[in-house]
Amino acid sequence: MSRIAGRFAQLREAGRTALVPYLTAGDPEPAATVPLLHTLVRAGADLIELGVPFSDPMADGPVIQAACERALAHRVRLCDVLGMAVEFRGEDAETPLVLMGYANPIVAMGVDTFAEQAARAGVDGVLVVDLPPEEAPAIRQALIDHGLDEIFLLAPTTTEERIRQICGQAKGFLYYVSLRGTTGADRLDMEDVAERMKCIRTHATLPVGIGFGIKDADSAAQAAKLADAVIVGSALVDRIQAAADPHAAATELLQDLRAGIDAAGRAGGAP
Amino acid sequence: MPHSSFPGGYRWPDAEGHFEEYGGRFVAETLIRPLDELAAVYREACEDADFWKAFEEDLAHYVGRPSPLYFARHLSRANGGAQIWLKREDLNHTGAHKINNTVGQAMLAKRIGKTRIIAETGAGQHGVATATVSARLGLQCVVYMGSEDIERQAPNVYRMKLLGAEVIPVTSGSKTLKDALNEALRDWVTHVENTFYIIGSVAGPAPYPEMVRDFQAVIGRETRRQVQEQAGRLPDLLVACVGGGSNAIGLFHPFLDDSDVRLLGVEAAGHGLDTGEHAAPLARGRAGVLHGNRTYLMEDEAGQILATHSISAGLDYPGVGPEHALLKDLGRAEYTSATDEEALRTFHLLTRTEGIIPALESAHAVAGALEAARGMPEDAIVVVNLSGRGDKDIDTVARREGLSL
Repeated sequence: MSRIAGRFAQLREAGRTALVPYLTAGDPEPAATVPLLHTLVRAGADLIELGVPFSDPMADGPVIQAACERALAHRVRLCDVLGMAVEFRGEDAETPLVLMGYANPIVAMGVDTFAEQAARAGVDGVLVVDLPPEEAPAIRQALIDHGLDEIFLLAPTTTEERIRQICGQAKGFLYYVSLRGTTGADRLDMEDVAERMKCIRTHATLPVGIGFGIKDADSAAQAAKLADAVIVGSALVDRIQAAADPHAAATELLQDLRAGIDAAGRAGGAP
Repeated sequence: MPHSSFPGGYRWPDAEGHFEEYGGRFVAETLIRPLDELAAVYREACEDADFWKAFEEDLAHYVGRPSPLYFARHLSRANGGAQIWLKREDLNHTGAHKINNTVGQAMLAKRIGKTRIIAETGAGQHGVATATVSARLGLQCVVYMGSEDIERQAPNVYRMKLLGAEVIPVTSGSKTLKDALNEALRDWVTHVENTFYIIGSVAGPAPYPEMVRDFQAVIGRETRRQVQEQAGRLPDLLVACVGGGSNAIGLFHPFLDDSDVRLLGVEAAGHGLDTGEHAAPLARGRAGVLHGNRTYLMEDEAGQILATHSISAGLDYPGVGPEHALLKDLGRAEYTSATDEEALRTFHLLTRTEGIIPALESAHAVAGALEAARGMPEDAIVVVNLSGRGDKDIDTVARREGLSL
């Protein structure tokens, strides 16, 4: 069983919904990342998404664009991010780690080299935002060959037929993009999300996470009623960036979200 | 008849929008359905004779086509070697080839029932062409433009505003065309329900490279007919500048099966290819993924996209249309480059010899053509796509020469 599947099995057992924070690796500087990852775990993170900075993050809103720019000012490369994963794993063998980013840095490194090194670094899953299931079978095969879970996005615009196809291909968990927009947008319509989640649940055998637009205990609680995982990115990056003590700020936000999620109770639905 | 370069004829892209390993649809999941819808409405329009008839009518009566094919006798004499002929896209309504494509895409927007148009622009020519067709069809129009480009193409910015478009400055990244494209994609993802994205080049995710090519191919079809009428034969060489590459594909495409017609694309060499400050991915880049397709890119070894430089805002882009990547690999088209200095010199030469002020983008093409022509016999025919007029660039040129207007 992969570390991601194992973690979701434990959570299901405990009747809990996963809290999945996102950080851009190398923001605001490379040395900050690994200590922050440990802080996130201590503050209640069940899985972690680590963003690979890219010069042209087309699906991201202003907060994560700025985080990418700060990281790239330190020339943080994909191989540096893998180094951070190694360092993180040195002290944490339990928390699943998913890399999230864009296709080009992976293509530049070479897809086989990337998959091999990511697996060795202790990365569990990879989400390539601009890689829909019909493109680049070579990347997909390399991930499978090295035992990495490929996480897929589902969007409000995804047709039911496509949801079915993607559910058949996905590993680890499914990531439902809960709004039409970029990361961190502010237009979450929970009735619409509930409707779409109902449809996804009829096809999904994997756990389903909800992300894009989760920013506080209230939105986390609403998402937790529908999902197996609640993903928070821009709100966290923003808090950390603005804070004098990033560790305290991250802890405070995650504890808030955790409280909201736990108050909402466990959704159920996933087998 | 010369034999075709391709057995069975030129056949790209495939049904998924791939030009062999290039092209495709590398976008976030949210955009898959709008791209599917666009591809479907385009396929349907392709089968609809009335759609093309209306397109041709707009090109004739609104754009002013056919644009002339002009033998530049004085420029040819000044240069020596082959005859230089100019395909006068600069004489189109709005002053460049860009309008051919925006007329076509706006017709699709109407057909699909979208009421809001967005576009990215570099030099502003595509932005103006989009604002123009939007005004005419009563569609809301938003244009994303890098703040650095807004600075250097002020007349076009005002033109767009006069036409009722909202011009949104993009201050992220390098503040030029690539960042404008990122921002337009972000807008599209947020407003997919009512918004049609008119991409201005043969770039972006499928079906854009194919669709924009088909709308621009009118340039090559006219050229083919005109050169046979006026010179009695097909040309020896076709030349066009390549940023994203829509004017080049438009000229080249109807000649791809004519193996005796050489094709030459001219990229922007900026301060020189060896300085790293240029916009010539075909010359110095490698294959990667950006803006929804796989193509040649200017990137560092870690796959981060590099800032580009060209005096010409319309060529200042780190990628290139995927079909050019294929044509380069197949050896069907050759690609060269012209520096800022060469383009400026040619800008003045064409202005003084023929009384035609070219866009700085097009001056790159003419510079490449002049160099090629010098090594060719006097009866050889070189057709250059004069893709746009230079009015928008006179401030830039004056400033380079220490003048202020």
